[in-house]
Amino acid sequence: MSISDVVFWILAAVILGSGLAVVMVRNLVHAAFFLVLTFFGVSGLYVLLEADFLAIVQILIYVGAIAILIIFGVMLIQREDMRETNVFSSYKKVAGVTVALFLAILLASIKYTPLATAVQPPLESTVGPIADLMFTSFVVPFEAAGVLLLVAILGAIVLSTGVGREND
Amino acid sequence: MISLKVGLEHYLMLGGGLFCIGLFAALAKKNAISILMGIELMLNAVNVNLVAFNRYGDPQLLVGHVFSILVMAVAAAEVAIGLALVLTVYRDRRSVNIDDFNWLKW
Repeated sequence: MSISDVVFWILAAVILGSGLAVVMVRNLVHAAFFLVLTFFGVSGLYVLLEADFLAIVQILIYVGAIAILIIFGVMLIQREDMRETNVFSSYKKVAGVTVALFLAILLASIKYTPLATAVQPPLESTVGPIADLMFTSFVVPFEAAGVLLLVAILGAIVLSTGVGREND
Repeated sequence: MISLKVGLEHYLMLGGGLFCIGLFAALAKKNAISILMGIELMLNAVNVNLVAFNRYGDPQLLVGHVFSILVMAVAAAEVAIGLALVLTVYRDRRSVNIDDFNWLKW
């Protein structure tokens, strides 16, 4: 067992533990903080998988933008007591059984599928090759993602400021 | 029994476990923001799978990396729109309880 295997098992424990805490903790703010910890763990996993650029982007986008946005949403919405804000709905048992079945099927199919075992050497740096791919083979999805983000920004502004609702 | 030597299947199992946690949050939570958090967990699990397949498939190709960057862009757009919707509904109904979002129900 090499040092990277040890790091993998530690990161797996952190990711699954904090992911479970996101679901199980009763305080919504604590759940958001555990979500941040999960994102950091996934970023460490990217480092382990030799995806240096993605590890940084994961921290920038998920921790820096998405988690902060979610925490802002919690602060804007939840005004009163925070203690019992992350509770389960009445579908808890049905959802639990469904998810457990799904997990069993997933794990079994992973176990019984022949997977690649030969590992080729990774690239020195992934930033330049990713840029090359994005502006050659994947230029249409790249532009589509740009348009999607623009539409999302406009939609979020329209929805949250209530443009066109002045007459009500 | 799974071996301690880490390979592709360990990353896939970790991704599957994280996806199931996110799915459980999205299905069984009462608060709309908790459901958004569950969706974020699911998207992260998918990204882990993509990058692991890229590493153990053909690391010179980098298609998995590009895909997961696109997934991140979609996740950012999704959480912005989702929170704006939740805020709008909250202004109308004074609640983020998903059981109260029943306008489309007779």
